[in-house]
Amino acid sequence: MVIIAALITVFSPLIGAGMAGFCERWLNDQGSQRVTCGLMILATLASFYVFKQVVFEGQYITYKLFTWIQSDGFDVSWGLQLDTLTVVMLSVVTLVSTTVHVYSIGYMKHDKSIPRFMSYLSLFTFFMLALVSAPNLLQMFFGWEGVGLASYLLIGFWYDKPSANAAAIKAFLVNRVGDIGFVLGIFTVFYIFNTVQFNEFLYKSPFFVNTSIELFGWELDAITLACLFLFVGAMGKSAQLGLHTWLPDAMEGPTPVSALIHAATMVTAGVFMITRLSPMLEYAPIARDVIIVVGAATALFAATVACTQFDIKRIIAYSTCSQLGYMFMAAGVSAYGASVFHLTTHAFFKAMLFLGAGSVIHAMSDEHDIRRMGGIWSLIPITYTIMWIGSLSLAGFPFFSGHYSKDIILESLWGSGHFLGQMGYIVGVAVVVLTAFYSLRLLFVTFHGKPRADEMVMSHVHESPVSMLAPLYILAIGSIISGFAMFDWFVGEGRRVFWASSIFVIAENDTIEAAHQTNIWIKLTPLAAALIGVGLAFLMYISFKWVPGLITRILGPIYTFVYNKWYFDELYNALIVNPAKSLGRLLWIKGDKAIIDGFGPDGMSNLSLSFGAVLCRLQSGYLYHYAFAMIIGLALIMGWFFWVLG
Amino acid sequence: MLSLPLLSITIFLPLIGAMAIMINRGGSKDITAENARWVALWTSVVTFVLSIVIWANFDDGIFKFQFVEKFQWMPLLNINYHVGIDGISLPFILLSTFLTPICILSSWKSVQKQVPEYMVAFLVMETLIIGMFSSLDLFIFYIFFEGVLIPMYLIIGIWGGPNRVYASFKFFLYTLLGSVLMLLAIIYIYYDLGSSDIPLAIMTPFDPKVQIWLWLAFFASFAVKIPMWPVHTWLPDAHVEAPTAGSVILAAVLLKMGGYGFLRFSVPMFPEASEYFAPFVFTLSVIAIIYTSLVALAQTDMKKLIAYSSVAHMGFVTLGIFTLGSYGIQGAVIQMISHGLISAGLFLAVGVVYDRIHTREIAAYGGLVHNMPLYARAFMVLILASSGLPGTSGFVGEFLVLLGTYEVSKTFTILAATGMVLGAAYGLWLYRRVIFGKLEKPELLSIKDLTSNERWTFTSLIVLILWIGLYPMPVLNLISPSVEHMIHRHNLAMNPDENWIEEEEQTFEIARKS
Repeated sequence: MVIIAALITVFSPLIGAGMAGFCERWLNDQGSQRVTCGLMILATLASFYVFKQVVFEGQYITYKLFTWIQSDGFDVSWGLQLDTLTVVMLSVVTLVSTTVHVYSIGYMKHDKSIPRFMSYLSLFTFFMLALVSAPNLLQMFFGWEGVGLASYLLIGFWYDKPSANAAAIKAFLVNRVGDIGFVLGIFTVFYIFNTVQFNEFLYKSPFFVNTSIELFGWELDAITLACLFLFVGAMGKSAQLGLHTWLPDAMEGPTPVSALIHAATMVTAGVFMITRLSPMLEYAPIARDVIIVVGAATALFAATVACTQFDIKRIIAYSTCSQLGYMFMAAGVSAYGASVFHLTTHAFFKAMLFLGAGSVIHAMSDEHDIRRMGGIWSLIPITYTIMWIGSLSLAGFPFFSGHYSKDIILESLWGSGHFLGQMGYIVGVAVVVLTAFYSLRLLFVTFHGKPRADEMVMSHVHESPVSMLAPLYILAIGSIISGFAMFDWFVGEGRRVFWASSIFVIAENDTIEAAHQTNIWIKLTPLAAALIGVGLAFLMYISFKWVPGLITRILGPIYTFVYNKWYFDELYNALIVNPAKSLGRLLWIKGDKAIIDGFGPDGMSNLSLSFGAVLCRLQSGYLYHYAFAMIIGLALIMGWFFWVLG
Repeated sequence: MLSLPLLSITIFLPLIGAMAIMINRGGSKDITAENARWVALWTSVVTFVLSIVIWANFDDGIFKFQFVEKFQWMPLLNINYHVGIDGISLPFILLSTFLTPICILSSWKSVQKQVPEYMVAFLVMETLIIGMFSSLDLFIFYIFFEGVLIPMYLIIGIWGGPNRVYASFKFFLYTLLGSVLMLLAIIYIYYDLGSSDIPLAIMTPFDPKVQIWLWLAFFASFAVKIPMWPVHTWLPDAHVEAPTAGSVILAAVLLKMGGYGFLRFSVPMFPEASEYFAPFVFTLSVIAIIYTSLVALAQTDMKKLIAYSSVAHMGFVTLGIFTLGSYGIQGAVIQMISHGLISAGLFLAVGVVYDRIHTREIAAYGGLVHNMPLYARAFMVLILASSGLPGTSGFVGEFLVLLGTYEVSKTFTILAATGMVLGAAYGLWLYRRVIFGKLEKPELLSIKDLTSNERWTFTSLIVLILWIGLYPMPVLNLISPSVEHMIHRHNLAMNPDENWIEEEEQTFEIARKS
């Protein structure tokens, strides 16, 4: 029964995608919306049932559908693995996806290819569900690349726009760079354990702690290497520093896409993967240290950039990047429960922020630049309220969900008693200031002050239709209650029963326990930090509006550096993209044409042609030439003859 | 069933069809052309069905050659007509018989010049290809192997593009070098054994010093065919000049002759030499993957781009074969089959727009998705399969090859894995320039979407690509006994112990059968 429900959850989006994608002629726009939304609601209900069965009835099941690849010792099947971690993700993904599906009905109303859009959304959901329910690394990789594909298709949804096409390709390629890490991780796991099935290798990790692998002449710890390779994959998908450049550009896609894929679900796949690997990661302390450092660096980097941007969606995108950094930091100190907790609350409030931003963009006639907004809070009060809820949650204000999940992460970081963990805490608190600042900056600049849009736009400002607002209400409820409602399960007293065997933490690494024991000051500091951020934003954007300009001027080059996103794009273009293109041309013109062909076939033919020409000239037809040649020849033969004899 | 010489019938049926076309020349030109098309289609379809019958009767539990037929041909010289198939040759035969009807269908309208001769060329080529994959005698193999080139020359030379003379001369120069050396090696083996029997040659251990030379001679021929870097430059030119169906057969089947050659001759006959040269082949393969992928990025001609991508994909094949391990070789075979389907699809896709607009310049296109949504979908699937997306056949091959490589060398694995990014880069960039964007160019405005013929062709290819991608077991089951037997023999050869070989051989066979 639970298997059937799980299969319904995973496959109904695929059916929806197929129907909307291939039967558009019979279904038309409305039909495709109804079919995909209906199937998504079905999937959501089924996933709740699965959640109940797995979490409360303890029905942990690994179900095999059929063999995928079996070659010699490598044996991998399609299947489902149902444990707490999976069902949490199943419920979150289907719920957010359903709201986004419904929201899209209103948002994409005037688009000319609605069935295609609905089909892609459902296709994405299918791949995401296949990813989270994977019983082995290879199926996870299938879902992993599949969501990458769906993301590519959706970013480039408006394919007439060159910028959208470029962003789509960039997203796919940067993710592929991470995916090299993922496949190498799969190979390493297989090399160590001779299987890639989660329930077969994860708990064998302690027996392989002293195994080593030789790479480039170094002897490396095998498990650490496997974890690091896989983490590179996670960095690509979750837009961590270095492989993050695709995420802001991905905002070229329609806003519901940004909410679903680039905030709530796909980008958290990296966090999910790391959590899934917890039994292995526990035995790779160096890998966890790397994760803390990368997570902290990303959180800080993205938050600084978010403070300077003007595109409403890009601000939220950098914020996503930064929040993912928190999740990784938590995983780095073994607080996996806290990591998934933040993943869940973030899915609600970030999806809501994006959809709210979509509502603003919708109201402002497709304007993205917050400098050309302002003074609209009274015109769209519901959206305004929604954005407040989202922002406060993001900033970690008490009673909002983000507060619970972010605080437990910060407390775990401090509670770890580990140097890097405590550094992470300090960075984390600094980022809280920045987070509160940019969230409120966004609110104040977008909604308050004098209207800066032109008359035409202002006269059109209107609240969104019900189909767009209803999903926002659901997410708003989630954003408010998911924090305290799930605290006990995810990170509280009930966490061991709740997670059971799906998350594994070595006893001395139980940082969540340590988090509960931390000093009151450690618990209050983040709140103070958030208040400072809010205060700063209020002072700078409501009270003293000349301050931001002044700060910009004072900081000068530093501001420019941050505003230009630390010049990552320029750096990559100069170091990788352009050299690859010119190297390609060079190898073609010089390598293939000049050298290989020049000395190979063309050279040979030229050589034989010119040799032929020389021979031709010998056949001159003049008797005295031949006579001369004969005499010379005779002389040579005689000479040789005498030389040999003599 | 076995009383009929099923394999020989399959080999020679297309030749009979070709003769029928040649004899039946009455009536007006149009009627002759129409008859030729239908005869060719039916012959190739029946051949395909026959090959399926062979597959159905093929016992994939054993590694031995099956459907073996042996007749004296030149008794004085001890040269026999000896054919038979095992798990390595059968997938290639199926691939060829599946693609020939598709080639004939795709030429239905686009070839109007000398139709009967064109169809004859294709049918003759099919006979030679099937014959080549099933020969068990060195001389028979050589005849088929070189014979395949003749119809291909003619197809490029008569129905090809403007620069076809240069292309065919380049093709000729490269292959000549390899063929002469391979013939010398075959003659040497023949004198050494007193027989040209392939199974016998496989069973015979050669002196390692001799192996080196024989291996190099065979390598010269196969490396050009497959093609490996740096002897690949004939391929882009040949593809550009060939008509669509010619490109399809060239990329999908003819390139596989090289890979098949490595598997049939180099690896089993010369184990020490294969082991000795493996690092060398690895290096060339990885250069091929990275180098040709970068070159593909710079191309402005669609066919050239796909041709270069073929070289990169074949780099994975040679990499896999010379891991001399089970994953690598099985992956290489899957990769070859998969590339056969994908490159066939891609060249057909180029053919579709070439038939309509008559140019292969990427810059001449843009925004096709507006008028050709079905084409855009098919092309998308093919591009993704070519870049090895999981769920498509391209992934299974590449993954197994890299898995095998990882056990041999981590460094080469990492280098080859960069092909994943580069492959996606040139593929998606090509797609973007051709399909996406606004439909602005005046000559594209009235372009039509796929005809029903084209739709069926692409659908059948895509179904197979997804099938192998999601459930490759039928193919893997088919090839694994033969591959494992080959690996087993190879490992025995590397650790020689005469008595032990015999014993192992028997126990292995018993284990296989049970």
